[in-house]
Amino acid sequence: MTAQHTRTHAIDVSSVLQGQKKSSEPNEPCIKVENLNLFYAQKQALHDVSMEMSKKKVTAYIGPSGCGKSTLLRCINRMNDLVDNVTIEGKVLLDNENIYDKTVNVAALRRRVGMVFQKPNPFPKSIFENVTYGLRIQGINDKRILEETVENALRGAALWDEVKDRLNDNALGLSGGQQQRLVIARAIAIEPEVLLLDEPASALDPISTLKIEELINELKEKYTIVIVTHNMQQAARVSDYTAFMFMGELIEMGTTSELFTNPRKKQTEDYITGRYG
Amino acid sequence: MDNSKIGHHISGQFNKELEDVRNKVLTMGGLVEQQIELAVTAFSTGDLEMAELVIKQDNQVDALEMAIDQECMQILALRQPAAFDLRLLITVMKVINELERVGDMAERIAEMAIQLSGGDNSKHDQYYELEHMAELVQEMLHGALDVFARMNIEDVVTITGLDENVDREYGSIIRQLITKMMEDPRNITRMLDVLWIARSLERIGDHACNICEHLVYMVKGEDVRHLTQKELEKKMKE
Repeated sequence: MTAQHTRTHAIDVSSVLQGQKKSSEPNEPCIKVENLNLFYAQKQALHDVSMEMSKKKVTAYIGPSGCGKSTLLRCINRMNDLVDNVTIEGKVLLDNENIYDKTVNVAALRRRVGMVFQKPNPFPKSIFENVTYGLRIQGINDKRILEETVENALRGAALWDEVKDRLNDNALGLSGGQQQRLVIARAIAIEPEVLLLDEPASALDPISTLKIEELINELKEKYTIVIVTHNMQQAARVSDYTAFMFMGELIEMGTTSELFTNPRKKQTEDYITGRYG
Repeated sequence: MDNSKIGHHISGQFNKELEDVRNKVLTMGGLVEQQIELAVTAFSTGDLEMAELVIKQDNQVDALEMAIDQECMQILALRQPAAFDLRLLITVMKVINELERVGDMAERIAEMAIQLSGGDNSKHDQYYELEHMAELVQEMLHGALDVFARMNIEDVVTITGLDENVDREYGSIIRQLITKMMEDPRNITRMLDVLWIARSLERIGDHACNICEHLVYMVKGEDVRHLTQKELEKKMKE
């Protein structure tokens, strides 16, 4: 290189440094929980929980068994309504609208807030029928629309390439990991705003788990995701924000990188480092 | 924050692994401290055997660095530590790097001591400042290792504050050396050797400061590198 080509201008690295801070940018809230108390008969399972979940971000709930994380998750699409003797106080706002208002149509709410459970629960029908189930109950039967939705949903759930030649096979013939992705495809086929994932990978092998995690990363482009997991490393890998719960209380919530490197509360520290408090 | 931070894991094996890493770092720190002590004494007394010992022992410092690094890497891979445990391991990996450099500095002082003893072996009394500077940086390094051992960062500001004194002494030694070189150009070779020693001691002070900064991150989770002494004092009061 000749001297003429020697670079003399200053090198600006600010853009590289900015990229690092992305995760802590303020975000538009999608779901707000305000002073939520929940009782199973006399027993209080959630104590005055308040938090915000950002739009198109992944929020993970972690905490020991029985700390109320699944209960809280199920409040977001009113799944707890189906349990006897439940009393719920406080508000859960979805796009600033309290989902516990009497005027809210619960079926419509659950279309906006999809849910995937720990154990894959495909219907004993074909792969195609599983994905189109939600559309069919909405009365959509146009074959072209259904086919298009199936392809998009299965692609969205990273399953299309594996099943495209056997859409009419029974879904129960798929592997556990494929079944779980099928269930996710079924959830996203009706284009919800929010996806609730309750231990979505705990029954899966490591490779299927990684596929689900990769999928979560892709899905957050379009959906707000809330995930409950017992696997702390999984929470650390997939989420933007993490909330630590203990005995029905929200102890600490923050960006995942902050919470896992420098938690503010001792209880959080003890839990994530595997200590007895 | 106390040492018990390391213990109390549900996994006793994990406690043992962290405790082991901590002990190895303290062993390495002790060895490096001894290296400086020996190197400085070798210089001021012209004891060649002592200087040779320092050079020979540097292998041990290097071996400890690699062993500790390996252990940290293994814990990171197998245990996926978080929060304080993670900060501890990351800090250890940085601290042993600093200690290894300090070991190299001690080795260089020993080499210079050997070279200097080749000529006029009698007079080292003119390097009083150098010995004082050595005491200062030894105090700094000892303080930094003490912070690590106790995991208590109260003394950090005092330790890093000493670096100003070290720098001042370094400046004054340089001025003296320049004067001597100008007095008699035949001094130049010797004075350059002495300059290397002063420079090495000054660097040891810097490494001790770096260790302190890493330890603040370990205990508080706050990155305090590249701050001025005043900024650091302010941060530590927060």
